[in-house]
Amino acid sequence: MLEALIEPLQYSFMQRSLIIAILVGLICAVVGSYLMVQRLALLGDAISHSVLPGLAIAFMLGANIFIGAFIAGVISTMAIAFIKTRSPIKEDAAMGIVFSAFFALGITLITIIQKSNKIDLNHFLFGNILGVTFDEVWDTAIIAAIILFVVGLIYKELLFYTFDPLGAQAAGLPVNILNFGLMLLIALTIVASMKAVGVILVLALLITPGATAYLLVKRLHQVMILGALIGIFSSISGMYLSYFYNLPSGPAIVLVASGFFILALLFSPNYGIFTQKNFSLGQSSLWRELKQIFR
Amino acid sequence: MKTLNLPTDEHWMQQVCHVRDIPRITINHLGVKYRTVEALRDVSFTLNCGRVTGIIGPNGAGKSTLLKGMLGLIPVSSGTAIYQNQPLMDQLAKVAYVPQRSQIDWTYPATVWDVVMMGRVRKTGWFRRFSIVSRKIAQTALERVGMSAFRDRPIGQLSGGQQQRVFLARALAQEAEIFCFDEPFAGIDQKTEAVIFEIFRELANEGKIVLVVNHDLGESIANFDDLILLNQELIAAGSREKVFTQENLYRAYGGQVIFFQGKAA
Repeated sequence: MLEALIEPLQYSFMQRSLIIAILVGLICAVVGSYLMVQRLALLGDAISHSVLPGLAIAFMLGANIFIGAFIAGVISTMAIAFIKTRSPIKEDAAMGIVFSAFFALGITLITIIQKSNKIDLNHFLFGNILGVTFDEVWDTAIIAAIILFVVGLIYKELLFYTFDPLGAQAAGLPVNILNFGLMLLIALTIVASMKAVGVILVLALLITPGATAYLLVKRLHQVMILGALIGIFSSISGMYLSYFYNLPSGPAIVLVASGFFILALLFSPNYGIFTQKNFSLGQSSLWRELKQIFR
Repeated sequence: MKTLNLPTDEHWMQQVCHVRDIPRITINHLGVKYRTVEALRDVSFTLNCGRVTGIIGPNGAGKSTLLKGMLGLIPVSSGTAIYQNQPLMDQLAKVAYVPQRSQIDWTYPATVWDVVMMGRVRKTGWFRRFSIVSRKIAQTALERVGMSAFRDRPIGQLSGGQQQRVFLARALAQEAEIFCFDEPFAGIDQKTEAVIFEIFRELANEGKIVLVVNHDLGESIANFDDLILLNQELIAAGSREKVFTQENLYRAYGGQVIFFQGKAA
């Protein structure tokens, strides 16, 4: 068993995949924890869909695709903010409009350039962790280092701001800068994770490990650390599933992470459906809820 | 030979505040508009240190808006709030603000200790860790509100009154000169209300400015020294006896206030 896991690692492409899996699992959980506590899961989805046209344009111009994707992600967040502040349209509607428009543009552009550039739309949408190049590993490592450094540097300010924005503003913290910084971190994380899970499923890696950890521990930094462990484990498992069974890497990773979430949902010591204090067969809240539904 | 009359703590502090004439906030013609709706119009008054001041008025009178406007948390359409000859909104390090309970996500993964330490973020400064002094200040603040036994509890597991006391501890940890509370008594128990009012009194006796948005016109009103009565514009401001009259309340609340007749001075 162990040999079967170690043996593939003699290939250099598997070593690269392993590094990507660790980095992506780590930064997604850390940054995703902020998305979860701020109830901004939808924004993560919006940004991840919006990076696609940036990718395509960078490809056409021969520029670094990470930079292209990042610029598109930032432009989409600004477009959402612009619509929200300058019109009576609410934020969720603004997100829906912007991200689907960007996504459609991205799909169109990639389809146009697909043949001449030998690229595969599916790899952008669903990830191809086994196909990462050395340069991509290097770029991802730099991005991950920047993200972790920044989060470590302004952790206490971000904790205050995400918990009580008004209180943080009243204490004189520059909340607009903190908010913009957080958006940049999210965009960077999504760009760095594209190769492993693809733009459609990156949201799962941002939210699911953090949400799983949230059911188990009670402080934000604990959520981040445990979430990162879950994220890293899911990414590595997904990578092997992708290798052994020739599955798309993104869905494989997301399914493992979702499995952990279901386990925590059912068996978490504090919030678990089967482990809550008042649980006993026939009287459990779950049973009552089910009876309510079918009555 | 003259006998020296030693004033009580409270009176002495109030005299200092008056004589030195430094720690007061002057609000001049403050107005706030939400898009096209005027929420607050041409409000002017003075806040004195050493006093517990309540902002009262009916629903939608702009009580919270006044608090946020003077601190610069929302854009104002006119007017200024001046503290020690400078705009108040440029000196927020001297302000501790506790928002309404409904503004907070109580399922946030933070413990009581995490929340109180937030009061030390600004004083600690960017890129630094909390000092031992900061931890001691936070611990003292927690003890002062009687919540030190709950240090490691998640904030979501506390009662409303306990949550409010934790936020009061956070405000105390900020070591501010100006304390602003938005409806701190909404939905909390009697015991917590007494604890909070006691600490307000202590803060005032230390020479702080204490400003409280209050919804209730019941007996708790007696805990305030000064009142600001609002209904989108200023109805009255000054000492409680002067403001809390039947005539003023009628002007602010219309017919709804007959119920309080007995209590109006």
